[in-house]
Amino acid sequence: MSDAKKFMYINRKAPYGTIYAWESLEVVLIGAAFDQEVSLAFVDDGVYQLMKGQDTSEVGIKNFSPTYSALGDYDVNKIYIEKESLEARGLTLDDLQHLVWEDEDEDWAEKDSIRVVTSAELAELFDTQDIVLSF
Amino acid sequence: MKISIQVSEGPYNHEASVTAINYVKAALEAGHEIFRVFFYHDGVNNGTKFATPPQDDMNIQKTWSELAAAHNIDLVVCVAAAQRRGIVDQGEMERNKKDGMNIMDGFRISGLGQLIEAGIESDRLVVFGD
Repeated sequence: MSDAKKFMYINRKAPYGTIYAWESLEVVLIGAAFDQEVSLAFVDDGVYQLMKGQDTSEVGIKNFSPTYSALGDYDVNKIYIEKESLEARGLTLDDLQHLVWEDEDEDWAEKDSIRVVTSAELAELFDTQDIVLSF
Repeated sequence: MKISIQVSEGPYNHEASVTAINYVKAALEAGHEIFRVFFYHDGVNNGTKFATPPQDDMNIQKTWSELAAAHNIDLVVCVAAAQRRGIVDQGEMERNKKDGMNIMDGFRISGLGQLIEAGIESDRLVVFGD
């Protein structure tokens, strides 16, 4: 996969209120078929996209949050959450869905997909990407 | 350099479309190639031919269409986003049994894979939107 490009999807907006979060996830799922090196970053209100226990029954919008747990099956297993964004909203990792993937090279051992990183670390990650798509 | 563009916002409501048009013109003048312009989210509304802006206002959809014709630019509207927002071509009209179509000349409706491919094939992918 040496000729694969590094795609990073940056999710910056709350899951509901606008359609960016849902249509971003649609790009990620379609893009997974292209065998590129994919990672996702969640910053600002985007961290709310991964909240546990979302219930949209009273707003008449589809609750698409269960779809995130399928990302591991699409080989999308590098998911970065910005530490400062979590803290600014009084959230911890425990408030978010537990996203995992199975490592084919280690007898399908289940591993965490989510990594909490500082904004400085995230900036370094951005710098290593070929394509950055911002939603 | 081979450049692709993503436009994420609708015309008029947001400046992204016009900024993207100006960027494309400047890139072409500087000798770059525009591999593709991909319209996503409300950006698909750049591809309707049913808009009638006031005469002293810029016709954004027509400007895209003329730019594409003059420079042979591939203008692609995302099918999933288009279906939500009512942008329809011949194929979509027949498939979804609509009684009309509104795709602007020079635009085509296709899948999100076209955006990923644009990223893979181009030296730069530049996103215009919020």
